[in-house]
Amino acid sequence: MPRFGMVIDTLKCVGCMDCVVACQTENDVPHGYCRDWIVTETRGEFPNLSMEIRSERCNHCDNPPCVTCCPTGASHVEPFGKTVQVTASKCIGCKACLSACPYGARFVHPDGYADKCTFCLHRVKDGLDPACVSVCPTHCMTFGDLDDPKSAVNQLLHSRKHHSLLPEAGTKPRVFYLT
Amino acid sequence: MLEIVTTRHNPLVDPVLSVWSWEIPVYLFFGGMIAGMMVLAGLNMLKLARGERAEGFYSVQTPILGFVLMNLGMGALFLDLAHKLYVYNVYLAFEPTSPMSWGSWILLLVYPVILVSALIRLPQAWPWLGERLPVLERLSQAIVGRPGNLRALGVANVVVGIGLGIYTGILLSTMVARPLWNSAILGPLFLVSGLSAAAAMVHLMASLVPGHPAPRSFLGGALAMLVQPLGERAPEPRTADGLVKADLVFLAVELVLIGLLFIGLASSSASHVASLELLLTGKYATLFWSVVILAGIVVPLLLQWLELGHRIPHTILPALLVLAGGFALRWVMVGAGQASHLVAATGL
Repeated sequence: MPRFGMVIDTLKCVGCMDCVVACQTENDVPHGYCRDWIVTETRGEFPNLSMEIRSERCNHCDNPPCVTCCPTGASHVEPFGKTVQVTASKCIGCKACLSACPYGARFVHPDGYADKCTFCLHRVKDGLDPACVSVCPTHCMTFGDLDDPKSAVNQLLHSRKHHSLLPEAGTKPRVFYLT
Repeated sequence: MLEIVTTRHNPLVDPVLSVWSWEIPVYLFFGGMIAGMMVLAGLNMLKLARGERAEGFYSVQTPILGFVLMNLGMGALFLDLAHKLYVYNVYLAFEPTSPMSWGSWILLLVYPVILVSALIRLPQAWPWLGERLPVLERLSQAIVGRPGNLRALGVANVVVGIGLGIYTGILLSTMVARPLWNSAILGPLFLVSGLSAAAAMVHLMASLVPGHPAPRSFLGGALAMLVQPLGERAPEPRTADGLVKADLVFLAVELVLIGLLFIGLASSSASHVASLELLLTGKYATLFWSVVILAGIVVPLLLQWLELGHRIPHTILPALLVLAGGFALRWVMVGAGQASHLVAATGL
């Protein structure tokens, strides 16, 4: 069984937000909400500045606090791809998962249930890439199986310097950023 | 210099997490207070079972009030849910890693314990009902008249009460993403704060209508049983003093636990230190120091100490302050905890 993850090349990302729009269109994300977003991080002192642009989303953690805190099992790890998913019909809207997520990746859907990035599992099951990956004009995003040594995501992680977000939280996030 | 710009704009998440509003502090406050009332009631039921004189102790006679407050707390919790029609899912699963799941099942234990405890007093507290349902009197006697039953009920009250009280703190403390909550002290702190609020509430209720006979009408009796835990019996000075003494201990322990919480946060990671700043100098500092610490703990401590020494007369003021402080503690912790977040190590 695969263990899906995503690798994003921050040297290629220009922050065009095509991934954000593609996600909203593909997943019918309600107006005013987003499942993925762009973060621009600038550090240093002028004129010695460095900038990193990141497309961020749910990290589909290996140790997901949103799943362990869920009182109904609505937040769960899907066997296929070991991704973190939400079953809307089981969610009571207690919002514990929103508080538990260190990345702020979840929101309350206007219909009342917790919502977030699904890694476009419906597309992946059909052999397609997630919508955000498929539309990226700079091809900065790569999606694949982290447990397959020959997968493109593993090749990139072995050949390039990378980091993940808040690894100190112990959540073992599965979205990696090449630097 | 580090500048972070994000395009994310999700309601209740950005710019600061604010998913839990007034409903959760109300629920945690009532839950903690009821937990405390159950522990106090249970301890005095054990005294009664041993043959000691504890009938006059107010807390034995307040489960009816606890039942009503429990429903108010549960009502607040229900109002907080965003997917209300699916609430039944909580009882279709038991998730051992989820404090909220544990709490839901604990609450299911609280109701029968509190209702059986209410039977002790119900026929006398609400004569209209007691006269029409003689079985209530027989049930009441079956509990009070048999030490074994009373002991079992007392133990159930203490165990379930402690479970409920600690749960209200554990609910928040297991979240790694919220450094202010992420402390094991929060469980004991909320339990002791609940005990303190319970002692204050029982004292307050007993002081409102001391020693008046229960109204015999349907509505009058129904309303009076909530605020008249003493019935026809006038309060004994030793029981009032007992509550004040207990509250003194609870308040002192609460102050120590808050100190330990602060030491733990101040000596932990940068994220924890930053979260402590919210209470020390940040947005919640004024409310925390003025209402939670000063008005809610220090002033009642002093007033009740003077009352016990007979230097000032007994009043309901300390009880009111303790209740206000107990609620403010939940309000501040829920608000500030949501505002606290992990600081990226690379951003330091």
